[in-house]
Amino acid sequence: MRRLLIAIPYIWLLLLFLVPFGIVLKISLSDYALSIPPYTPQLDLSTGWQGFAEFWSQLDMENYWFLTDDDLYWKAYLSSLQIAALSTFFTLLVGFPIAYGMANAPEHWRPTLMLLIILPFWTSFLIRVYAWIGILSNEGFLNQFLLAIGLISAPIKILNTDIAVYIGITYTYLPFMVLPIYATLEKLDGSLLEAAEDLGCTRLQAFWAVTVPLSKPGVIAGCFLVFIPALGEFVIPSLLGGSDTLMIGKVLWEEFFSNRDWPVASAVAIILLLILVIPIILFQRNEQKQREAGN
Amino acid sequence: MRRMTSFNVVSLTLGFAFLYIPMLILIIYSFNESKLVTVWAGFSIKWYGELLQNEAFLDAAWVTVKVGFFSSTIATVLGTMAAFVLVRSGRFFGRTLFSGMIYAPLVMPEVITGLSLLLLFISLSVDRGVFTIVLAHATFSMCYVSVVVSSRMATFDQSLEEAAYDLGCTGWDAFKSVTLPIIAPAVISGWLLAFTLSLDDLVIASFTAGPSSTTLPIKIFSSVRLGVSPEINALSTIIIGLVTVGVIVASITSKRALVRRQQETV
Repeated sequence: MRRLLIAIPYIWLLLLFLVPFGIVLKISLSDYALSIPPYTPQLDLSTGWQGFAEFWSQLDMENYWFLTDDDLYWKAYLSSLQIAALSTFFTLLVGFPIAYGMANAPEHWRPTLMLLIILPFWTSFLIRVYAWIGILSNEGFLNQFLLAIGLISAPIKILNTDIAVYIGITYTYLPFMVLPIYATLEKLDGSLLEAAEDLGCTRLQAFWAVTVPLSKPGVIAGCFLVFIPALGEFVIPSLLGGSDTLMIGKVLWEEFFSNRDWPVASAVAIILLLILVIPIILFQRNEQKQREAGN
Repeated sequence: MRRMTSFNVVSLTLGFAFLYIPMLILIIYSFNESKLVTVWAGFSIKWYGELLQNEAFLDAAWVTVKVGFFSSTIATVLGTMAAFVLVRSGRFFGRTLFSGMIYAPLVMPEVITGLSLLLLFISLSVDRGVFTIVLAHATFSMCYVSVVVSSRMATFDQSLEEAAYDLGCTGWDAFKSVTLPIIAPAVISGWLLAFTLSLDDLVIASFTAGPSSTTLPIKIFSSVRLGVSPEINALSTIIIGLVTVGVIVASITSKRALVRRQQETV
């Protein structure tokens, strides 16, 4: 009984998570070919061990060398890192005051405020990105508004630029930033702030000396929760970004669907994962530290 | 000492305005007469009528609901099993790999999950369609379900189960009459989470869908690429409305359940 309980989800994940992964790795070492499926070598098990040996000898790192040669790819990686990092920073800038306000709000308001933060998260991601197209376009509401108040004299181009991508990421990932920060701020012991003020701190000084350091675990968790998915983001750069917005998720998608170069798409995926391993490990360390501090 | 300062009020107001104004604009302009989405030309519900006559959207919506229902049900069963394994099974061979496989999909970029599953289906020469999307969605959402359920199980008083065994229950009886009712709220929210994740997913569905199995997000994405359209606004309004009602109902019922439980324990 116990064995069955372990075996069913285990086998499911092995077959549909780990094995597919091995296939990506394998295809990333293959070569592009005009065939179906469009790569070579194909593993032919009917010839037995010899077939396998031949297959093995034809795998190489060529696609990875190609990725380092063509500056499109490393530029895309760098620009994904930059866009993800900057958007994370903007999300923190917008999210922290919201979380802080929620933590200071009267207790009977807080469940409602929480609900208001979580509600957009349940609403379709695609729709929330789509909503910004109508706002940011040249005839869009933002330009209409800025023209009406006389701040600009001609529409400014925001849609299809990197700025639109920053706005999109900040908007859609905001709940991921607010919730962990709110969780740490809510637990913060108010008497610490009182003590700081009794010792002669102004409110602002007390904020910097007490609130900010104590909210650090929540801030770090929030940043990772935004940064990690933003790095591989596809929908936002393809709907809000311009043709020159380089993000690796978009490159992978186009390499696969438009160029049909599966080996290169697979290699792009493997490198993206290698890049993601670092923030993921750091994130887990942060979580573990927090859990230990909690005990 | 918590004080609501004017800074707090301003930042909350601006924050929620930022979160909600885009959706409000979408909703308001779905009732716009004009085809031009950014110019108001009077109230009309004609776009809802057109939407309901658009076969392609209705078909896609039906496919999406089907995929969501089956994948989240499978994900809930598998995810609950996985939660039991994580919390209860102690050490077994390959445990680290198992928990790695539970947590990795949560941080895996969707493009990679989608690509890897597609390559799997192709190398097994499985025909792509509703079935393959269900498999793909069940796989990533079971991980979310197991996280939700295992966090409930971690705080669970095991002596209740032991009492059931002492009173002569078999393993299945004890599970049915003691364990399941206790973890039920977590299992239900796991199912709901899996269902929403499935309804919402564009990237993984695009990789694993066949030509005859377009889901609603795929359909929306392909028409949104051409620009804003009032029909999509109408569709978005319907989705936002359904989600809002669902979330509010769910939060009220869970609050009532909590109050009832507190009264019972008192």
